[in-house]
Order: sequence, then C-alpha cells, then structure tokens
Amino acid sequence: MSCWETIQAYALRSVGFGERLLPRSDFTICEHFTLIGSGMIWNVYFGIVALISGFFLATLLAVGKASSRALYRKPAEWFIFIFRGSPLFIQFFFAYFLFLNLKRTNDFFDPFTAAWLGALIVLFLNTAAYSGEIFYGALRSIPKGDVEAADAYGLSGWSRFRRVVWPTMLRLAWPAYTNEAIFLFHATALVFFSSFPAWQQRGDALYYASHFADKTFNPFVPYPILAFYFILCSLAIIGVFGLINRRLNRHLPANTRQKIKLRMNLIR
Amino acid sequence: MFSYCADPNTLDTVRWFSCYLTTGVHMSFYASFIKVLALLAVTAPVALGVGFLGAMAARSDLLPVSLLGKSYIAIVRGVPDVAFFLFFVIALDQMFEYVRHRAICPDWTQPVRQGSEFLVCAQAKLPLGNAAEWVHETYGFLLAVITFAIVFGAFAANVLFGGMRAVPRAQLETAEAYGMSRRQTFWRVLVPQMWVYALPGLSNLWMVLIKATPLLFLLGIEDIVYWARELGGTKTSRFSSYPHGDWRMWYFLGLLAFYLMMTRVSEIVLERLMQRLTHGQATTGGEKQRKRVAA
Repeated sequence: MSCWETIQAYALRSVGFGERLLPRSDFTICEHFTLIGSGMIWNVYFGIVALISGFFLATLLAVGKASSRALYRKPAEWFIFIFRGSPLFIQFFFAYFLFLNLKRTNDFFDPFTAAWLGALIVLFLNTAAYSGEIFYGALRSIPKGDVEAADAYGLSGWSRFRRVVWPTMLRLAWPAYTNEAIFLFHATALVFFSSFPAWQQRGDALYYASHFADKTFNPFVPYPILAFYFILCSLAIIGVFGLINRRLNRHLPANTRQKIKLRMNLIR
Repeated sequence: MFSYCADPNTLDTVRWFSCYLTTGVHMSFYASFIKVLALLAVTAPVALGVGFLGAMAARSDLLPVSLLGKSYIAIVRGVPDVAFFLFFVIALDQMFEYVRHRAICPDWTQPVRQGSEFLVCAQAKLPLGNAAEWVHETYGFLLAVITFAIVFGAFAANVLFGGMRAVPRAQLETAEAYGMSRRQTFWRVLVPQMWVYALPGLSNLWMVLIKATPLLFLLGIEDIVYWARELGGTKTSRFSSYPHGDWRMWYFLGLLAFYLMMTRVSEIVLERLMQRLTHGQATTGGEKQRKRVAA
C-alpha cells in the first residue's frame, strides 16, 4: 500500500470510516503517522468541547467561590476541592462504573457509558474545577482601583461584572488558563487508557500508539510520533490563546501587558 | 478472620461485611495502599535529589552542563506525562537488558532486534526467567520508581532552579563581600534561603505526585486501582463465598475518598511547613510574622 492509500484507508479510522481491520504486520512509518493522527481526532474533540463548556462553569464556580454568601461559596469550594484533590484517572474510573450502574436502572444513561459522552462529562467537570480555581485567583487580584472606577461611573451589579470585573478577570487569568488548556489536551490521553472501552478499536492517539508499541515491542517509534502530534496541538493552542491574549490586553501599554509564559503541568 | 466467618451465608449484614472486608484478597488490597505510600516515600526524596542535581546543572557556568540540565527539564516537561510513563518503563527495561546482554553474553551473534522482537540471551533477562514472584514485582516497582524520579525530577529541577534565582541578589553579594567562596555562598547562603521560594512549587508538585500514583496501574503493578477493579467486579456464589453484584463504583468511591484525604492532610502539613520556613525570611510573609511577634 502506498502512503496515500494508507491515509485514505485509515485517516478517519478512529471515527469509524475507512478500513475496518487495523494493519497486522510490517508496520510502516506512514501507518504509524496516519493511525495515531486519526486518533488525535478524539483528543481534539474532547479537548475543544470540554474546554468551551468548562469555561462557563468555571466562571460560575469562580464567582461562587468569591461570593461572601456561604450558600454559594461552600458548594463551589467543595466542587473545586473534589475535582482538584483527586486523580483524574480515578475520576474516570468512578464515573464509568457509576454510569454503568445507572445504565442498569434506566436506558436513558446508555450513551453515558460511551467515551464520547461519559468521558467528556468528566473532562468538562474536571477542567471547570481547575479553571474555576484559576479564575478565582484572578478575581481576587483585580486591582481595587478598577472596581472603584466602575462604582464611580455608576456601574453596579451585572453591568459592572460584565464590563469591568469579568474582562479584567479573564485578562489576569489568561496566561494560567492557556497552560490549563494545554494541560487538558494532555489529559485527554487518559480517556481510553483508563476505563472507557474503545468500541470497535476506535480509540484516541494514545490508544493507537500503545497498540503499535504492543505489536512491535518498539516504543521508540509510536511514542515520539504521539509526542510530535501533541506538541503540534500545544503550539496551535498557544497560537490561538496568544491572539485572544492580545485582544484582552489591547488597551494596555505594551510594557505592562501580560505575556503568556508556558508552565507545563504533569498529571492530574 | 473472625471465628463466625465459617459460613457467610447465615450472617447478618454487619457481620457479613466484617467478614467480607477481612478476607485474604482484601488484605492484599490494603497492602496495595502501603505500596502507594511506599512509592510516595521513595519517589519524593529521590525526585528532589534528581531535581537538585538538575537545577545545579542548569545554573552551571559550563555551557555543556547547563545545556544538559536545561534540555532535561525542557524535554520531560514538554511531553504528555502518560506517554512518558509508558515509554520510559519499556525503554528502561530494554536498556538494562541490553547492557547486561552485552556484558554477560559477548559471543551472542544474532541481532538484539529481530523484526518486532526484542531478544537477549536468557542469562541477561531481567529478572531471570526462574526468579521468584516477588523479584518480578520488586523489579516492576523499581522501574516505576525510576520513571517517577526521572519525570518528577525534571519538574522539581525547574522549581528549584526558579527558587535559586528568586533568592535576592543582595544576599549573595553580601556573602561575597564577606569573602565566601562560590561554593560557600551556594551552600551557606543560597541553599538555605531558596526553600521558601521553592516551597509553593514543590508543594504543588507533591500534590501532583499524589495524584500521579494511580499510574502505577498503567505500569502493570498490582496497585489499588487493580485491586479495586478485581474486588469490585461481580462475584457469583460459585466462585466466592461472598457473592455480590458490581461494586466497582463503591470501591472507586473509596479510592476517591482516600485521595481526597491525602490531599487535605498534605495541604494542612504543607501550610505549617510554609509557616516554619517563612520565619525570618526577607519576604512579605516573613515580615508579617515579625510584625505579629512585635505587636
């Protein structure tokens, strides 16, 4: 098979199009690249959907945690502690078995045991907790003068939040939030590796990489390829988030703008 | 465990559970918690040591040494952790076997890599094919510790490197003014002061290390995740005297509680440690403590 044919056969393998059977022997570099890249579709899907949906919950959580009323503060604090204080790996397992049990009682929970929804929910809650903590930190470091200025202009309540507090919070949190986004992408590698089964061998990038490593007993080809894809993804995130960062900082003089400093994280 | 456990079918709920939770397999389950704690106890100091060396290398004046230190930090931190864990264990294993292979069987003519096989002579296998079960387990555990140490060492190196740079320049200049040599300045002034700057990063790292322990499962070690899956699965009365449905959810709830407890305790201890380290430092925290004592 030429490389182009391989790409045609396997590029969408992870979402169920193309050749059903995975290559069994004589693995070429091209097959490695195509299949692992095909698996990246899932990583990108989990990353983007969880990030966007998590963003809104994170804002709520941050506002809740910063609230002076215990009714809002306590649930937000507990939520953040539970998801930041335990390994994502265990959360995946727990959620999967929880959904399995629920599925037995009600058909409604059928799709929850599949990775595309079940794992997504876990990632969504998890990233919401981590970003919520970041936003909370930013919320607390909003310059006093900004809020006083808003008061002086007669802004209050929702319009003050919408026009002054929220944009400033985002601006302050953005460098840390960029790291969180990258970190979330790395965490998507755990999905098929932990509990959620890959149906018909449709897995994510790490699933195919470890498939190759198992079959060839040679980790030196598939894992560096996987790393290559993840680095590409990280660069894409840095690019997009850098643009947003520029926009958030556009009113500031160049020397006081916050630069995005990469701070890689490990497992969560 | 208890004398009344002979026939579990006749027991009431409380007694049934007291028997169920003290069976032999459950003891292995509890022992695996100790395994996790042991991993933490061994990895943390080793990683800290590796990190210290890495940080020293990174701030060395010799360009090759500093490049080595910096690239170690950069490479390990840039790649997803899980991939690293999977990669390192196989790679380390093969490296050890290859080195032993070259040393023990020099007259072996076949290539080590034959297609998809990795073949070394029987005497170079690690652990040896006829070794006892515990040797295999210890070897696996050792590989895990080394992997954790390499990965976390890089992160610790980065934190310590930052901590060393955060020590106020004036402190070092004062030491030089007193006529201390570079070595003396490093050990007597820089190292004692850097911890307060490094501690927030290090405590974060410790939290991460706690949360990374379930990765032992991926490395094929019979850790708490393995046992929770084993024990929680549906048991029929044919194979077990304690039949039950799918309880994996509850076992993982227990693990979740275990990790949350670990995190909470660490938070409290690290906060105390921070208070201790801040004492007498030239930071805002140290200043606050001074004022409190004065007031």
